[in-house]
Amino acid sequence: MSESLRNDGRIWVPKTPGDKRPPSQIPEAERDYYLERRYPSFGNLVPRDVASRNAKAVCDEQRGVGETGLGVYLDFAGAIQRLGVEAIRERYGNLFDMYERITGEDPYRVPMRIYPAIHYTMGGLWVDYPLMSTIPGLFVIGEANFSDHGANRLGASALMQGLADGYFILPYTMGNYLAGARLDKVDAAHPACREAETGVAERTRKLLSINGKRSVDSLHRELGKVVWDHCGMGRNAQGLEYALTKIPELREEFWRNVNVRGGNEELNQSLEKAGRVADYFELAELLCMDALARQESCGGHFREEYQTPDGEALRDDENFCYVSAWQYQGEEQKPRMHKEPLRFDYVKPAQRSYK
Amino acid sequence: MTSSLFGLLYTEKFHPHPEGPFMSPAAAAQFYAAPIGKKVIVAVTGFILFGFVLGHLLGNLQVYAGPDKINAYAEFLHHNLGLLWGARLVLLASVALHITASLQLNALNNRARPVGYQRREAVESSYASRTMIWSGPIIGAFVVYHLLHFTFGAVHPDFKDLNPYHNMVAGFRQLPVSLAYVVAMVLLGQHLYHGAWSMFQTLGVSHPRYTPLLKRFAAVAAALLVAGNISIPISILLGMVS
Amino acid sequence: MKLTLHVWRQKSPGDRGRMARYEVQANPHMSFLEMLDVLNEELLAKGEDPIAFDHDCREGICGSCGFMINGVAHGPNKATTVCQLHMRHYRDGDVLYLEPWRARAFPVIKDLVVDRCAFDRIIAAGGYISAATGSAPDGNAVPVPKDTADASMDAAACIGCGACVAACPNASASLFTGAKITHLGVLPQGQPERYDRALRMVAQAQQELFGSCTNIGECEAVCPKEIKLEVIARMNRDFIKASWLRRK
Repeated sequence: MSESLRNDGRIWVPKTPGDKRPPSQIPEAERDYYLERRYPSFGNLVPRDVASRNAKAVCDEQRGVGETGLGVYLDFAGAIQRLGVEAIRERYGNLFDMYERITGEDPYRVPMRIYPAIHYTMGGLWVDYPLMSTIPGLFVIGEANFSDHGANRLGASALMQGLADGYFILPYTMGNYLAGARLDKVDAAHPACREAETGVAERTRKLLSINGKRSVDSLHRELGKVVWDHCGMGRNAQGLEYALTKIPELREEFWRNVNVRGGNEELNQSLEKAGRVADYFELAELLCMDALARQESCGGHFREEYQTPDGEALRDDENFCYVSAWQYQGEEQKPRMHKEPLRFDYVKPAQRSYK
Repeated sequence: MTSSLFGLLYTEKFHPHPEGPFMSPAAAAQFYAAPIGKKVIVAVTGFILFGFVLGHLLGNLQVYAGPDKINAYAEFLHHNLGLLWGARLVLLASVALHITASLQLNALNNRARPVGYQRREAVESSYASRTMIWSGPIIGAFVVYHLLHFTFGAVHPDFKDLNPYHNMVAGFRQLPVSLAYVVAMVLLGQHLYHGAWSMFQTLGVSHPRYTPLLKRFAAVAAALLVAGNISIPISILLGMVS
Repeated sequence: MKLTLHVWRQKSPGDRGRMARYEVQANPHMSFLEMLDVLNEELLAKGEDPIAFDHDCREGICGSCGFMINGVAHGPNKATTVCQLHMRHYRDGDVLYLEPWRARAFPVIKDLVVDRCAFDRIIAAGGYISAATGSAPDGNAVPVPKDTADASMDAAACIGCGACVAACPNASASLFTGAKITHLGVLPQGQPERYDRALRMVAQAQQELFGSCTNIGECEAVCPKEIKLEVIARMNRDFIKASWLRRK
């Protein structure tokens, strides 16, 4: 759900582990508004990485709510009392409707139940200052590039970055490139085209010919679980190393045992999905590799071995103040890491504190 | 063919007559070629016909005032040839355009969904709105019968020229005749219930505050027209008017 | 809950197609599309072709998903796309008929997937404003009254799913076209091209062989974003004005 909800909602869980009473029956004294408790000055407005980690922590302590125990309350009772239902409806009506459709519960009357979920990746394709990738003429903007959001994507930032890049930057930089570039006509008979076309045709043929026993979705689900468990909100060396053995295993099973029905001549959603999951293996492996290599906590990347005494991210600016730009070296080859140092001349990064 | 002609006209810059207040023939043709243009014609002619039905009812209600009043009224209308033929021409043109445009639109709409649904359920639209293409022709057929009945005197033997009082009483005393008129009026009511609001929408007259009022106006107008018209055969049948 | 589904199956655009019957177990928490995912996994396990259907965001904002459930576009709930429809609204033993959007302008590609590029072409015909390149203007340089911004936002909520066309007895695209024309036509930035836009977009819709609007209102009733018929009136108004007041 939109991060904007935390502008007015209050996050809480019961103080006692295993408390399964409905929220209306839990008196104020027995509620733990943990964000307000731990971060007196920012309260419910802490950034999403801090809020997510805290939600995970309280649920790990068995204080989560809902059937699965994986949930925390986002409560609007106070805001409704203070501002009135109409004001809340004006601000969040569409989100409240969306929640009601999903859960069948009315957030105007009972607190919402929320839990962090994977939304998008931090970082993205490497681009230079004018937003061009390593492929000449290929510009990457918005969420897909790494330029604005390396360590942390804040709430509602994806839309902002797409608009900012597209409106303020690209008209100049792409225009500038086009003005200076020779755009020769490319023939489909060009060796590079031929190679790409053959590559795709071969890959497609391969996917369709495996005829194994496992559906694409089942492999996707298993891969996702590995990444969620070991490269999620909290990471450690052991978990990452395990993931780095499990993912290649799963990838090998995919290429040996996946079942992609249908052919290549008509719309084939199984084939479409299979292609995406095939790519996902590479991304998943890279995520884990990168998380293992970065021996510090920074933004959304939280290494349990590197934290402050009160559980906040602990950076190591002396050793890790750089962008890790990974270069593809070919199939079955380990990617190569390039370090782009981050130099701060006028504003020095400090330890974030929301207390 | 219409669409390619439309496309052709669209790529040309045509020059309307600079002095005239109206469209040039080419512009008018281009307007009519678009479905919205045809709908506007249906709406405007519908408005004229709606006005006529209202005026016609008011004239006919004079039957309750006795034979002299209504027969004098008939005399007056028929002796003013300018008024009579002027009105007839406008009505004939309106009917012709209304029917032509509607049939063309109906043909277009039928072609827009060549393969139908196995299951179909209307959610909120009125029965009247979905059956305009049926209530219209039935009303049209009725109008022909009505003209043969009261204008040409060709269906019932007991017909007296310029004596509508007599003709009405003689005609509506017969149950099948009254029944036919009542059914036709119910269909007319349906047609107007949708049409009286729809014509505003087609002409672009819509506003969140006033449109509900317009819809209510259409419903009330249709109901009153139907009630008024039906009252005449019913009261004659029941012997309240003789 | 156990459900019986009758689903339209069509291998390719040229295939005649037919309804096929399936049974599936669902739980109340599933969304309708998750229920279809479950069915598809079962079909795959049995060696059958899964049912193809469009989807993307799965949260009612992208406009990709959509089909008829028991003759109603997007199913029984108001202002709800099929991806937002949850199975708690159904009962054990329910029988459901699933059909793709039907219109000449939306040819069926496969099963429940239809080609909606006609909508893209209507947008390309005029659903935009032409803005000068160069320095981005200050966001507040052109004041816009809140009422106007709200009216534009209401019309801009259209996600282009096509339910309006599917529900309309005339297969008309008027609600969609009207929404875009209104969204841009009420704003100051949309004024320079306002009348041209109406003429071009309406012409394109006609070229795509959508039907004409006869003010029936089924579109408004099934629209998941609650677009109002008022946008069609505005389209009519702009079109009529454009047709009569053009100088050339």
